[in-house]
Amino acid sequence: MAYLTIRDLSLGYENQAILTNLDFTVDKGDYLCVVGENGSGKSTLMKTLLGLTPPIKGQIQWGDGLKINEIGYLPQQTIVQKDFPASVWEVVISGCQGRMGLSPFYKKEEKLTAERNLERMGITHLRNSSYRNLSGGQQQRVLLARALCATTKVLLLDEPVSGLDPKVTAEMYALIKQLNDEGITIIMISHDIEAAVRYATHILHIGGKVFFGTKEEYKKSDLGKFFLAQEGGGF
Amino acid sequence: MFAQLVEYLQYPFVRYAIIVGVLIALCSSLLGVTLVLKRFSFIGDGLSHVAFGALAIASVLNLSNNMLLVLPITVISAVLLLRNGQNTRIKGDAAIAMISVGALAFGYLIMNVFSTSSNLSGDVCSTLFGSTSILTLTSGQVWGCAILSVCVIAFFVLFYNKIFAVTFDENFAMATGVKAERYNLMIAVVIAVIIVLAMNLVGALLISALVVFPALSAMRIYSSFLKVTICSAVLSVICALVGILISILAGTPVGSTIVAVDVLMFGICYLCGMVRGR
Ligand SMILES: Nc1ncnc2c1ncn2[C@@H]1O[C@H](COP(=O)(O)OP(=O)(O)OP(=O)(O)O)[C@@H](O)[C@H]1O
Ligand SMILES: [Mg+2]
Repeated sequence: MAYLTIRDLSLGYENQAILTNLDFTVDKGDYLCVVGENGSGKSTLMKTLLGLTPPIKGQIQWGDGLKINEIGYLPQQTIVQKDFPASVWEVVISGCQGRMGLSPFYKKEEKLTAERNLERMGITHLRNSSYRNLSGGQQQRVLLARALCATTKVLLLDEPVSGLDPKVTAEMYALIKQLNDEGITIIMISHDIEAAVRYATHILHIGGKVFFGTKEEYKKSDLGKFFLAQEGGGF
Repeated sequence: MFAQLVEYLQYPFVRYAIIVGVLIALCSSLLGVTLVLKRFSFIGDGLSHVAFGALAIASVLNLSNNMLLVLPITVISAVLLLRNGQNTRIKGDAAIAMISVGALAFGYLIMNVFSTSSNLSGDVCSTLFGSTSILTLTSGQVWGCAILSVCVIAFFVLFYNKIFAVTFDENFAMATGVKAERYNLMIAVVIAVIIVLAMNLVGALLISALVVFPALSAMRIYSSFLKVTICSAVLSVICALVGILISILAGTPVGSTIVAVDVLMFGICYLCGMVRGR
């Protein structure tokens, strides 16, 4: 059984459908890129998958023994107030909360997980820094480390590279690719079709027309050809 | 002056006042950080007005222990306000404004029409701004206050990590399986309890100051959640202690003296923050 099975899904807000009749599946180890124009409903799709926004119609099935508290999430914009006092360590370890149920304090296991993920993201030296004083790229790494504390299986990333410079963007993509190679299933929203085609195994294109398939199929499809032909490949 | 203080401290009611004052200041500062960061401070303000209205009803009914009425009404309002505030932000804001002003108006109206007291404006003034009433506390009230305070502190310590998670990023918390709504509800209830507690000390209109100022002051100086929380608790206790002592010695009203010290402390912390170059 697939990790995630979507059947005839319609989503939107207050019964205003944005997307209708979506069908796709994600298997273990896949790297799915969701592309589409601004406002086409990519973030809404992700929130619906996570259960933050109720679907209007259809089914979302997490399978293969995956529980809802085993999913990591990197939001598009973490609307954290500019002056929120939080250290990197506090932010990263808070990713463990979902698994902890009612137990009040972090134990050795959670602390180890957090430490390992700080190291994985190369931000161990920032451990005691204040989150609000970090650069955009560093903040993104911190949030990715937090997401990794929440999961060892599936990561949902909503535009992880928005606002980052080309060098940091490349690093970020490499990092995500590495996580995928380590066996974590990736569902990523991206504006960058070129990168999507380079790194992903599957593409979901939403908007006016909907496409779902492997990236090879996408490159051959009319929709894919059209968007890839546009200069830069981005939107 | 010191001798005078020592003499005062021999009276049990003065010691009660200090114990209660410190406990209330501690409790109200703990959730202050969350309140400020979640932009819930307006809920605190609205609730204090509701508590005033409830107190007006209680005093007209001549209840022996008016907490029995004020506490449930405030807690229920907290739950309702939070429900409302979550769905649609603007409507929530308006609802709070309506409820708080409405409660204030009705509270005063009720007191005015039904009160049998000869000193009505004095009564109103003391419920709004607090009074020397803290010096007339009985040991029973002190115990009640102490028990509630211990509950609030225990709640805060046990749920500290969860409170951080839902305050920092509610969506992430919910997406990864934290029952954020449940914790929001608990926070709202605890806020209501704190407000009712603090009304004894500083009166309905000044409660927000007690909740918000220590948090804002601490946020000027520190930049991790734990340090800010501890610092705001310490600052709050110090300010309350200093405020109560000043008010005993100088005969000023307790509530406004404490708040004045809080404001002063904020000024100092603000300057410290600037000096440290932020
Ligand atoms: N909370 C909300 N209530 C009602 N409508 C919303 C809400 N959030 C978003 N929308 C609408 O839903 C549509 C899709 O929004 P969404 O954020 O999913 O787009 P997106 O594909 O992620 O865009 P972007 O590329 O800019 O991130 C937009 O038209 C937006 O106006
Ligand atoms: Mg989006």
